[in-house]
Amino acid sequence: MNNNFTLSFTLDGRPVSFNSSPDKRLLDLLREDAGITAVREGCGEGECGACSVFLDGMLVNSCCVPAVNVAGCNVTTIEGFSRTAAFKIISESYSEAGAVQCGFCTPGFIMASAALLQQNPEPTDDEIRTGLSGNLCRCTGYTMIIDAVRLAAGKLKPTDFSAPDGDDNL
Amino acid sequence: MHKISASVNRSDAYDKISGKAEYVSDIQYPDMLYMSFATASIQHGKILKINIPEIPDGFYIIDGKDFPGRNRATIVAQDWPFFAEDEVLYYGQPLLAVAGPDPAECGLLCSSITAEYEELPAVSVIEDAVDFFNDYSIVKGEPQKAFDSAAMIFENSYRTGIQEQAYMEPQGMIAEYKNGVLTVRGSMQCPFYIRNSLMNAFALDAEHVRVIQTETGGAFGGKEDFPSVLAGQAAAAAIKSGKTVKVILDRRFDMMHTPKRHPSLIDIRTAVDNSGKITAMDIDCKIDAGAYQSLSGVVLERAVFVCTGAYNIENISVRGRTMKTNHVPSGAFRGFGGPQSLFAAEMNMYFLAEQLELSPLDLKKRYLFKKNDHSVTSGIFRDDIKFDEMIRMIEDSSDYSNKWEKYNTASKKSKNNLMKGIGISFAAHGGAFTGNGEQELIKSLVKLSAEPSSTAPYNVRILVSNVEMGQGASLTLRKIVAETMKLPLERIIFNRPDTLEVPDSGPTVASRTIMIVGKLLQDAAADLSIKLQTAAAPLSGKPVTVEKRYVHPEEFKWDESTFTGDAYPGYSWSVNVVEVEIDPVTYETHVTGSWAVYDVGTAIDMKVLCGQMQGGTAQSLGYASIEKMQILNGKPGQASFTDYTIPTTLDFPDTFCQFIDNPYRYGPFGAKAAGELPNEGPAGAFAAAVSQAVGKIITEIPVTPEKLEVELG
Repeated sequence: MNNNFTLSFTLDGRPVSFNSSPDKRLLDLLREDAGITAVREGCGEGECGACSVFLDGMLVNSCCVPAVNVAGCNVTTIEGFSRTAAFKIISESYSEAGAVQCGFCTPGFIMASAALLQQNPEPTDDEIRTGLSGNLCRCTGYTMIIDAVRLAAGKLKPTDFSAPDGDDNL
Repeated sequence: MHKISASVNRSDAYDKISGKAEYVSDIQYPDMLYMSFATASIQHGKILKINIPEIPDGFYIIDGKDFPGRNRATIVAQDWPFFAEDEVLYYGQPLLAVAGPDPAECGLLCSSITAEYEELPAVSVIEDAVDFFNDYSIVKGEPQKAFDSAAMIFENSYRTGIQEQAYMEPQGMIAEYKNGVLTVRGSMQCPFYIRNSLMNAFALDAEHVRVIQTETGGAFGGKEDFPSVLAGQAAAAAIKSGKTVKVILDRRFDMMHTPKRHPSLIDIRTAVDNSGKITAMDIDCKIDAGAYQSLSGVVLERAVFVCTGAYNIENISVRGRTMKTNHVPSGAFRGFGGPQSLFAAEMNMYFLAEQLELSPLDLKKRYLFKKNDHSVTSGIFRDDIKFDEMIRMIEDSSDYSNKWEKYNTASKKSKNNLMKGIGISFAAHGGAFTGNGEQELIKSLVKLSAEPSSTAPYNVRILVSNVEMGQGASLTLRKIVAETMKLPLERIIFNRPDTLEVPDSGPTVASRTIMIVGKLLQDAAADLSIKLQTAAAPLSGKPVTVEKRYVHPEEFKWDESTFTGDAYPGYSWSVNVVEVEIDPVTYETHVTGSWAVYDVGTAIDMKVLCGQMQGGTAQSLGYASIEKMQILNGKPGQASFTDYTIPTTLDFPDTFCQFIDNPYRYGPFGAKAAGELPNEGPAGAFAAAVSQAVGKIITEIPVTPEKLEVELG
């Protein structure tokens, strides 16, 4: 490609610059250029949510975001989010509830659960189901994933979603 | 509850949650090549010419001539070519591949490759199929006599559709060929199946082929057969280029090119005598094999062996055929022929209940298998079958009979009222390989190794070829060894198998991992404990090991040539209830309740087991309702999650799961087959519920709103 350009944004709290091209997906930039393979490709067309990241705090499917769109933005992946207190609480809930089987969808579900619980700290079961409806899991039938969110609900404070003091901001 | 059943958190959870777990798509090697496929643009025809543009330096064309052994994958039968030779038998069949350093460039080169064909007539669906690969017949009792003296004979036909496994991780392989050794890494269920297939394809001996499982993101049977094809294709490129070759399918390619559950068409004639008793069934079971036989014959075996479901019919005549059609070969999917047969068996009982003016449960109860009854293959059910207890439990949890009465007297379709219904189904699943397959074909061998450790007197390593693919084997197999040896769980090690290190304990299929391999490990662990007690200085550097090979219990008899005897060593059972509401205007079906009671012997881990049951139930309900895939104009009509919808959090309620205690004599701590059982029953319960709601029997799944609208109009 002759149209390459330098793309600068904040990734998991740190300023980064990558050489990119107009046809590159954010998912590929994260996996191939930034080496964050925890962001998974399950379908490549926005149906499964395995590639979920936060873009300026909003949950998005990174397979559907052109990398060029994140110039100057704040992108948080599961890798950055895993430095927060909220991650610890949610991940323990997933483990305890038995919500993890093959694990391929799990980072995406963690991001979706975090997005839901940040907006709605004590969701009803219907709200949990709606909040996670953009993510697909073929192993669990979802019951234990919903149990996990129920377990985490009510344990999270707003400050749990920030990186700990001294760390870069997310 | 046995104390081993108490749940333990999975040790693989954290790496999977945080994303540190490494799947095949995450693995990078320097100087690696990628691979894309040029595929057939017609459904059936002779290849006259393939036009290949100039290929730049560093890129390679791989085709059927690159297999010094045979251009055929070994998937039971040896008929599926890695690349088409003189003809194509299905749309999208790989003609050749391009390997090179830039994946996008490989894709562009493939799209510039064209082929010229002489097109031939094609068959897309089972109804139009004439030719078949396998033709099996079984007779139990004297069906002809029963039909001759029948007071009434009823006939009906049942159909099931294609189902996609939809594992979340698409298929992928990495192959390298160095110093005469071919090494393949990837997402798989059966490392030794792949090794064997590669040995045949490349005329290599076992010492020169190594297969390593990478973290596997779901499989459900879909990574039993196709990985042998993909491994061969990647290996051919690695051998030709001398470089490491990585191939990861994108979702659309994966859905277009990998095997799915066989569609089925099952015709059942039933003889009833003048007292209203079912005396015989004559069953014609056709499953749609697709373009190549591969493992369809084995799927058909399971389908015909359980063709009456959980019901004892005295006289049976069954014919089964694997029909040839022109689409991607059908393959393994959790249940493996069972879900098709059980759907037909369940809905046939529903149909007969209507004909005989009985409630479905009343009729079904009269024929449920009991201990010492004879199976379709005249094998003997040697263990207790506790359906009475299971029915009591599901009546308590679901209130089935009261709801059935209530919905049965309610008025049917009206524009203002939701249509409501409730259905019950019974399911059987024979654990492990069919007949004497465990003894004659698999000959499972396991090994345990007590090894020095810096933190404990020794650790025990499990050496088996069975994989963790999400189902929890990395926890449950360790629990079996830990409990047997009275060691803490953290001292038992289970790694992903590498054929260089582990013995062949068989494939990760057929709900056999706990029942067969787990039992061998339990026995090996008991032996290892004794060996460690008596060893003078057990662990001064050299591991102490024990091996154990499978021996089929003598009481089971099987004649493969006539399909007579004990088709499976042990059976698992379930009762399923599904309740639905149907919108009278849009015909959307909403599942409002789902209950199940299972007999899987002893649970090795209650949470793992519940996870299997809930996940399998969702797959079965999806199969029955929303998962629709067709061959349209010769091509798969649905090849993405946009077109082919699998259940989301919003589709089905939680399944209320209960288990009865019925330890199995030959299983570890009494455990028997579990993983496939939840895919066997719910579809029939769902269809029964919809049948009651709409007042018309459902004989074909999936039951989409569009289909209901046509039926009910």
